[in-house]
Amino acid sequence: MMQFMLLFSRQGKLRLQKWYNAHPDKLKKKITRELITMILARKPKMCSFLEWRDLKIVYKRYASLYFCCAIEQDDNELLTLEIIHRYVELLDKYFGSVCELDIIFNFEKAYFILDELLLGGEIQETSKKNVLKAIAAQDLLQEEETPQGFFEDHGLG
Amino acid sequence: MALKKVKGNIERMFDKNLTDLVRGIRNNKENEVKYISQCMEDIKQELRQDNLAVKSNAIAKLTYLQMLGYDISWAGFNIIEVMSSNKFTLKRIGYLAASQSFHCDSELLMLTTNMIRKELNSQNQFDAGLALTSLSCFISTDLARDLSQDILTLLSSTKPYIRKKAVLMMYKVFLKYPEALRPAFPKLKEKLEDPDPGVQSAAVNVVCELARKNPKNYLSLAPVFFKLMTTKTNNWMLIKIIKLFGALTPLEPRLGKKLIEPLTNLIHSTSAMSLLYECINTVIAVLISISSGMPNHAASIQLCVQKLRILIEDSDQNLKYLGLLAMSKILKTHPKSVQAHKDLILQCLEDKDESIRLRALDLLYGMVSKKNLMEIVKKLMLHMEKAEGTLYRDELLSKIIQICAQNNYHFITNFEWYVTVLVELAQMEFGSKQGHIIADQLIDVCVRVTAIRPFAVNEMSQVLDVYASSTQFTIMQDVLYASAWLCGEFVTELQKPESTLISMLKYKNLPQKIEIVFLQNILKLYARCLMLYEIAEDYDKIDGMYEVTQKKLRNSLKSPEIEVQERASTTLMMLEIVQEEIMKRKEQKGNLIDEHEDESDETKPTTKIDEEHTVAASLMVLFAGELNPVAPKAQKKVPVPEGLDLDDLIEEPSLDESSSSDSEYEQMGNLFYKSEQKPDRERYQPELTEEERVKIREARKHEQANNPHYLKGAAKRDNDNGSDNYQVEDIPIAELALPVQLKVLSKRSDKYLNLESGKSKKKKSKSKGKEKRKEKKVESSTDGEDDAPNVIVSQNIEIPEGATLSDSESSHDNMDDPHRALNIDLDLPSFEESLVGHPKLTDKDEKKKTKKHDKHDKKRIKDKKSAKKSPPQAEDLIINDLLLVDEVEQNQQDDSSHVKVQDEILVGDNEVQEKKKKKHSKKDKDEKEKRKHRHAGDGTADAGKDKSKKKTKKSKRKEGDKENTKSHSKNVGKLKMEFDTLVKTDDDYEEAHGISTPSKEFR
Repeated sequence: MMQFMLLFSRQGKLRLQKWYNAHPDKLKKKITRELITMILARKPKMCSFLEWRDLKIVYKRYASLYFCCAIEQDDNELLTLEIIHRYVELLDKYFGSVCELDIIFNFEKAYFILDELLLGGEIQETSKKNVLKAIAAQDLLQEEETPQGFFEDHGLG
Repeated sequence: MALKKVKGNIERMFDKNLTDLVRGIRNNKENEVKYISQCMEDIKQELRQDNLAVKSNAIAKLTYLQMLGYDISWAGFNIIEVMSSNKFTLKRIGYLAASQSFHCDSELLMLTTNMIRKELNSQNQFDAGLALTSLSCFISTDLARDLSQDILTLLSSTKPYIRKKAVLMMYKVFLKYPEALRPAFPKLKEKLEDPDPGVQSAAVNVVCELARKNPKNYLSLAPVFFKLMTTKTNNWMLIKIIKLFGALTPLEPRLGKKLIEPLTNLIHSTSAMSLLYECINTVIAVLISISSGMPNHAASIQLCVQKLRILIEDSDQNLKYLGLLAMSKILKTHPKSVQAHKDLILQCLEDKDESIRLRALDLLYGMVSKKNLMEIVKKLMLHMEKAEGTLYRDELLSKIIQICAQNNYHFITNFEWYVTVLVELAQMEFGSKQGHIIADQLIDVCVRVTAIRPFAVNEMSQVLDVYASSTQFTIMQDVLYASAWLCGEFVTELQKPESTLISMLKYKNLPQKIEIVFLQNILKLYARCLMLYEIAEDYDKIDGMYEVTQKKLRNSLKSPEIEVQERASTTLMMLEIVQEEIMKRKEQKGNLIDEHEDESDETKPTTKIDEEHTVAASLMVLFAGELNPVAPKAQKKVPVPEGLDLDDLIEEPSLDESSSSDSEYEQMGNLFYKSEQKPDRERYQPELTEEERVKIREARKHEQANNPHYLKGAAKRDNDNGSDNYQVEDIPIAELALPVQLKVLSKRSDKYLNLESGKSKKKKSKSKGKEKRKEKKVESSTDGEDDAPNVIVSQNIEIPEGATLSDSESSHDNMDDPHRALNIDLDLPSFEESLVGHPKLTDKDEKKKTKKHDKHDKKRIKDKKSAKKSPPQAEDLIINDLLLVDEVEQNQQDDSSHVKVQDEILVGDNEVQEKKKKKHSKKDKDEKEKRKHRHAGDGTADAGKDKSKKKTKKSKRKEGDKENTKSHSKNVGKLKMEFDTLVKTDDDYEEAHGISTPSKEFR
């Protein structure tokens, strides 16, 4: 089971975090800091796996962003790389050639997509099409709400 | 009211939205903290308004700030407010914030229960999906308990989108609320055959996770998964299924045999690396579990190793890494097949990537031989000098030592070299924990290899000498500890004990534990010097020595450490007593000389003091006797005294008592559970029969005869020869002894390397490069291993009387023990423990349904492979399935009448019946625990249900058999037979794995 997923920039700024096991905030921060320094210190040609405490860290860099997952000892590293790649593909499809700024400004969307791909640290949907369909449907739902909602919200409805 | 709203909205026009916030933060890089604190104020303002849209905007911003590391726990209530909105847009923000910031201990979660329940039952699938997704991140025990029923209902939803999420959610529920597993399991099992591939794969994921923690309980699902594996092509799912089998095979070797073929097929056919890797891993697990007796066993290993070689040779670093990782698993059981790829692994040691080097290091210990050990270690030492970061250095160090020390220093031909290497290692920089490893090695080598003591001790005294004056230790302090101890303990080997004593006296500000050793060993050295001086009758020197030592000890008396003080004062007092005695003797001697002044020279020899009569001799008695290392398992080898049964309960726990105080009983249960497991394994060895003992002894003798390193009782002469050899070789030590050389230490050990290669091929010059040397190594490796000089490694270790030494050998082999991988921990964490058995308790309806399925599947599988698989194998799985049901039912027997029902089935089969009864009594305890989770009323109701179910099941089972076109009477017989084999197979399987379960004891 995946324990958590982190996205961070080359400058070490956290862009997204998803924890599949609840930890206290302090611990989360400590882990994040530790891993970011560890991974940023690695050279580009190095392999994507690390042993860290009793977990395995799988990370991959896409452009300026690092995608980093922590998995359990007997999980499959290559499968985790697949998941990361799948996520990147989905982001790419959704935003249309995604870049770091897309994720910064639409970070909630990035979370929503991730939530359709993984649930509780397990892969939920292996079909890209289905994930995108679900996201599109929910976005539509949001759009339908907005116009009339706008007036209601403003006390004009 | 409206006015207020309008007013709020006008204010809102000026509010920042999320994009503004992000932009603002990016524009205020210099004073980010200030900017954000201002934003926080704004957000708090917004949260005070009534408008939910405004609030959700604030919450969205907070979620972003949370990611930046700001605490937003204070806004928990506001988040819940936003979550409760009936607009999807707002809800989505609320739930996202909740999943990011809520913690499962939060008290706020109580407020969310009903809200989430409402969402779960919502008509809109996305509402439910949202709630499920979010809940998976913060689910607490309470939420899991309250909502498990709702989530369970969602498993039957018409929408695959919901089913899929609910299935995955159930896993989280199980983790928090294990009681949910039992009722949910049938449905979960159903989902394995869901028409929607997404749901199916989700179910596979969940069962795989469950089974990896408690494989035993999921053996019955093997047929279902086998079918899935052979029919599905979704790699995501296949990987999980194969992983699941990897967890199951250690428990059921027959399953492994069956798996080999489809797995090798997959290995041949697949192009997906992740799947290939998983297959190889599982094949390795299978091979480990069945160990031997497979016809194409070697072929499978060969295939794995070949494929792994391809992975390692790949330019992709990731594959290289994983290839090495998997290799190390094979190395444990099949070292030969890995050794064939030595070249490749040595090559990986040169890799730029540290992680890959580390993996290659793991493999290295299987690669060394007597011939190439020095070469490899030299290479590692070079790495060590270049290495950045202590992590890799530490790893290198421990690997060097592991490689050298493995198998009783089997591969070391020249211990002088090894000691030099250790000293060199000690002078490098390491993490603080590494020092004691080297120190332990030094001590171990010196204690066990008698021949090396003279060399090592003098080396140590040099170390002590060099660092005596320096205030900053460039050497690891633990090594000083070892040096001091060795110099003290083997003081007779020291060439110049007095100078060593003086250097030891110079040390200041040592850490407590080292200071203690120093004090103790100063005394030993003192005694030795005293002896020498006494014999030489050099009383002035004794006085001088006494003065210096006393001064040092008085200094130590001032130490803040209590133990240092104590030892210093003891030592001091002892020295004073000794000194008094010496003074007396001196006077006597003075008198004697006075008396005999005029006498002739011939009488002089009589005044010579011989060793036994010196004062020092009485001091040395304190340290007399050889110290031997204690065997690692010595404690366990102490035989259990007759009449002591460690498994006997001291007090029989009575049932009434336990029901009145559940918690107390649980503790007791745990206590005895543990005590029941361990002694059984430990007692196993002392309880050998005479026949077995003879066998073991025979094997041991054989082993000893073949082991040139074994110290034979009668071979004392050999020992002497060995040390003679060393004395010859010791000659160059004098040259070495120059303290200057310590600075060019990195090359000292090379000397031995040259020596070695010079020995094997004298023609070749020593200055040749590495490649040349490699060549030599290859050439020379054809020479017999016995060419290397024999060095005796003492295996004389302290073990209790009656324990055999061969046992201790097994402990040395631990590293390569294939059974280690089989050592599956059955002590489950408490919450998971209650999962054990639960699945089968209530899933009987399901079992009945699926049993037909199973048989069906079985048949198909059988038909498919009828040529290869013998029918009993396929049936055994079903048998296992049945067994589990039966056993579980027994668990539920709350009254004796139920036993009768059982008896009806097993008419005439007294033996089995008896066994069962015993088992029954054993299971009382388990039952108690289970009962705790149940109300008393439910318990009896359950029992009633069981009976009825039992009957229906019976008939169904028969129906199933009828399908197999067998007569009714035969069926009954077959059933009994099945049960017999069941009990037997169960037994066998336990035997085969050495897993002791409490129930076994009673049979």
